[in-house]
Order: sequence, then structure tokens, then C-alpha cells
Amino acid sequence: MRLAVMALALASFAGAAQAQQITGAGSTFVYPILSKWSADYSKDNGVQVNYQSIGSGGGIAQIKAGTVDFGASDAPLTPAELTVAGLMQFPVVIGGIAPVINVPNVAAGQLKLTGAVLADIYLGKIKAWDAPEIATLNPDLKLPNLPITVVHRSDGSGTTYNFVDYLSKVSPAWKAGVGVGTSVSWPAGVGGKGNEGVAAYVERIKGSIGYNEYAYVMQNKMTFALLQNAAGEFMAPSIKAFQDAAGSADWSHAEDFDLVMTNAPGKGAYPIAATTFVLMHKTPKDPAHSKTALAFFGWALEHGQAQAQSLDYVPLPPPLVIQIEAYWQAQFH
Amino acid sequence: MFHAAAASAAWLVLIVLGMAALSMLWGGLPALRRFGFGFIFSTDWNPVTRQFGAGVAIYGTLVSSAIAMLLAVPVSFGIAVFLTEVAPARVRPVVAAAIELLAGVPSIIYGMWGLFVFVPVMSDTIEPWLTSSLGALPLVGPLFSGPPLGIGMLTAGIILGIMIIPFISSVMRDVFMLVPPQLREASFALGATRWEVVRKVVLPYTRTAVVGGVFLGLGRALGETMAVTFVLGNAHDFSLSLLMPGNSISAAIANEFTEADSDLYLSALIALGFLLFVVTFIVLAAAKLMLLRLARRDGRTS
Repeated sequence: MRLAVMALALASFAGAAQAQQITGAGSTFVYPILSKWSADYSKDNGVQVNYQSIGSGGGIAQIKAGTVDFGASDAPLTPAELTVAGLMQFPVVIGGIAPVINVPNVAAGQLKLTGAVLADIYLGKIKAWDAPEIATLNPDLKLPNLPITVVHRSDGSGTTYNFVDYLSKVSPAWKAGVGVGTSVSWPAGVGGKGNEGVAAYVERIKGSIGYNEYAYVMQNKMTFALLQNAAGEFMAPSIKAFQDAAGSADWSHAEDFDLVMTNAPGKGAYPIAATTFVLMHKTPKDPAHSKTALAFFGWALEHGQAQAQSLDYVPLPPPLVIQIEAYWQAQFH
Repeated sequence: MFHAAAASAAWLVLIVLGMAALSMLWGGLPALRRFGFGFIFSTDWNPVTRQFGAGVAIYGTLVSSAIAMLLAVPVSFGIAVFLTEVAPARVRPVVAAAIELLAGVPSIIYGMWGLFVFVPVMSDTIEPWLTSSLGALPLVGPLFSGPPLGIGMLTAGIILGIMIIPFISSVMRDVFMLVPPQLREASFALGATRWEVVRKVVLPYTRTAVVGGVFLGLGRALGETMAVTFVLGNAHDFSLSLLMPGNSISAAIANEFTEADSDLYLSALIALGFLLFVVTFIVLAAAKLMLLRLARRDGRTS
């Protein structure tokens, strides 16, 4: 009798936990906004989102193994990979990546770079700040004869993934010689651990260039460079420019949202904008959990814009949100 | 009962050690099989094309630890001699406590201090001076060439050295104090100077323990992760210059483990861990052999 009561109590406890708590794991990039959303959401709905920022690679492995309700990755999986694992995928929030520099007498937003020149710098082909390739883009700036020190991430990172994805789109030499990945074999430079490591190196080394997440650049008032987009404009990173990039990317033809939106074609689009993707099982073992997770993301996409902007993330444009919700209807069983 | 309890505690250590080595070997097997012996020497590390080699990381681990030892051993010896032979009795406990406190500072703090405080000093003052004074010399020149970034093998070695000084010096101090006062007093009575007492009486008496303390420090230096990661530069490029960024085994694992996205990549990182195990084992075994040989030589001469 007592055993039966205990079993009943345990069962009801488990039943309550099912709807009240969901778990996710993956990208470190979305961790701040996911925690903010989860805190606000739990206030109204009592649902706890327990998110472990273990890195995109770990997130993909965990959702494939089915140990979490959702995974988050900075790089999209291909539709073929998704089908094999029975997963669906959608973007949740936009961020951007900006080149940051430490050149004497050059302020934020003054130096202009094209994608090809940025790639040649990271390939180690352009070695000094007064090289003709940089000078012709910046006739008004007096650039010093200073060697360029390239700074990159030493840890595997979605920031790196999107940055080198952009470089390989604008530079055939990068694509052939280095390629794309969350960490790559860098032809030149030094590696800093995390955004803060790269920022500290760039701040310390005169003549250095690095890349950081937009939120990090803004909060630490770093000296960013302008970057030419596919339409030929020199762009400063801004929330509007990231949104324009998301708006001009061709989502409607991207199966399972398998699209990296770097080098977006539109006018006013910032060239290195990035999204984080959430991965979930199409037919989960535990549908109650997944439904709760979808409700959470639905709320975040429709009502979480203010929180996103307060943390220097960019909410998805409304047409894309509508497309994602249609995708859920079609894919989730 | 007592015997069994003590024995099982000792066996537990051996079992844990063996299991750890085996599981790392098992995890690293795919990479070791794929690249063979070349894995140890190859300086290739390319996650995109999935070519992995441990050469740069092993070299960085050994060189940064060697620099650390060059710095830490003489300084620790000096500290221990000062505390046991020279310092007034009232100063001794204060300095000793300060050193033991240093041993308790977490390594990430050393890393951040290194990056934000020490690296600027290196890049603005020490490295330009090294390059201009030593960089032109024929043999050692290549070791001190390159732009003064402030981060790199030399900085990492110095930080490591500072980190292990407390360990080595406190072991040395403890064993120096164990020297029977009669021996010391007898030598002084014979007219020996302080240095002669340390050199001829204290050191021979404590040699085994001193070498043990040194290798305890070396073991720590080989495996240190966070402090090194911050100031090493983490580049998988082989460079002879100590001023250029390099990589170490533990730093590579800490940096890349979370985002290792293919099985081979993960396996290569675990294989790195296994190699660190092997390197540490070889170094410690060499130390033991050296001690044995010293003991045998003593046996002959006395």
C-alpha cells in the first residue's frame, strides 16, 4: 500500500515536471538571450528552460542522442543530415560579427575594408597597414607603416564559423586553402580564447585586427572597421543592417532554413550577420516536452524582441517568423 | 583489517591511473590508427581537412615547461635557502605563509594577470630589448626574433615558472629544515661558510627530496592549462622563436574540445591527452632513473 502511494506520488511529480521544465544544450552565442527569455517566460508561464551552453558541437550531439529537448547550433545542418537524424531546424535570433582593429589614429568606423582585402589579411598576404590594397580603399586616412597582426579565436566557435564562411564566399583563395569550420587551420596570427581573449589581444597588440560578436564590440566600445557588402556599400555593424541582411537572405528557398546569411545580397545589408539555429526532433519520444519547447520559442519569436535588443541581439524579421511557424505546422508531429 | 584497508587505498590509485590511461588510449585510438606514428611528429593541425598531428602541441608543452623550470628552480632554491639559513627567525613564518598563499591562487587568475598585466610589460619592454640584444647573435638569435607581441612561449614559460615556485620552494624549505642541526653546527665549527654548508651538507643530505620537489613542479607545469591558454597565443604553427605564439597539449584540449565536431577531431584531442600522459610518465621515469644513478654513484665514492 505504501509503495503504491509512493509510486503514485512519484508519477504525479514526473507528470508535473514534464510540462514545467524543458532542457536544451548547445551554442554559447545564444546563452545570454536564452536565459533572459527563459527568466521572463517562467514568470508568466511557470515553465523553466534549463539551457547548457556547452558549444554547438555538443548541442548537436546531445539532441541527436535525445538527451535534451532542443539543441542550438551556430551552423545549420544540411537537410540530408536532418533527415537522417529525424530533426527539424529553425533560426531564433540574429547577431553580427565585426572586424575590430588597433591602428594608431584610426577611430571606430573610419577604416574601410572589402571582403577580399580582409581575406588576404587573414591569409597573411597583406602584411602591413600601409599596403596599397588598404591604402586605395582609404585615401583619406594616413595609415602607418605597421605590420598587421592577425588575431583569431583559439577555441572552436560559431563566431569563427560565420566569419570564415564569409571569407570563403568572398575569396576563392580562402575557400581553397583554408575552408570553413568552427575552428580552422589559420594561415597567420595568434589565437585568443573566447570573445574576451580576442578583444584583449587586439587591445594589447598595436597593428592588430580581430573579429568579435557585435554585442561584445558595442558593450566594450571597440574600434570596428567598415566592411563592404555585396551591393558595394561600406557598412558599419548595426541592428538595422543585420535585419536588412536577414530580410534580403533568400529564406523562402532554403530547405529546413539551411542558410548561412553571410554576404547577403540586399542594399543596406551587413555582410557578416549570423543566426543561431535550434534543432528539435520531428517525432519526439516525449511530445509534451517538445510542445512546451515550441510554445516557448513561439513566445520568444513573437514577444521576445525587446529582450533581444536590450542584449544587442537582433530579432528575426516578421515574415521570417511567419515562415518558421508554418514550418512547425508542417514538420512537427 | 588495517593492512587490507591501506593496501586497497594504494591499489585504488593504481587502478584509477590505469583506467584513465586506458580510456584515453581507447578514445584516441581512431586518430592514432589513422595517422600512425606520424601523429606524434606531424605539425599539421587542420580541423577542416581532418589532418591532425601533435608535433606543435608536444613541442610547446616541453619548451614552455623547460623555460618554467629554468626560472623556478634557482628562485625556489634561493627562497628555501633564505628561509632556512639566512632569514631572521621573525621573518621566516611571514615569508613562508606568503609563499603558501601563492600556491592557493587559482591558475586562471595567473592567466588573467599574465594577459592584462604581464603581457604589456613583455611586449613594451622586455621583448624589444631581447630582440635587439640577443636577436642578432648567431645561435640563440632565432629564439628571440619576431615581432614583440607579448604573448608566446616565453611569456607562458615565465608565468608557469611563477606558478610552480611555491610548490618547489615549500618542498625544499621543508626538507632543508629536516637537516639535523648537529650536522650544520659541526660544519660551521669547522669554519665552513654559509654557502659551503648549503652546498656540502644540506644539499647532499636532502638531494632525493629536492629532486622530488622539482619534478612535482615539473609535473604541474606540463599539465597546466588555463594560465597557459591565456598567454600562449594558441597557434598551431611551428616556430623556433620563443617570442612567437605556440600551443600546448592541455591548452589545445581545453580550447577545442567543446566544438570538436567530427569523431576523428574528438579522437585526436583525446589522443593528445594520452600523449600528455606518456610525456609526463617519461619525464618522471627519467627523474627516478637519475636519482637511482646518483644513489649508486654515491655508493661507490663513499
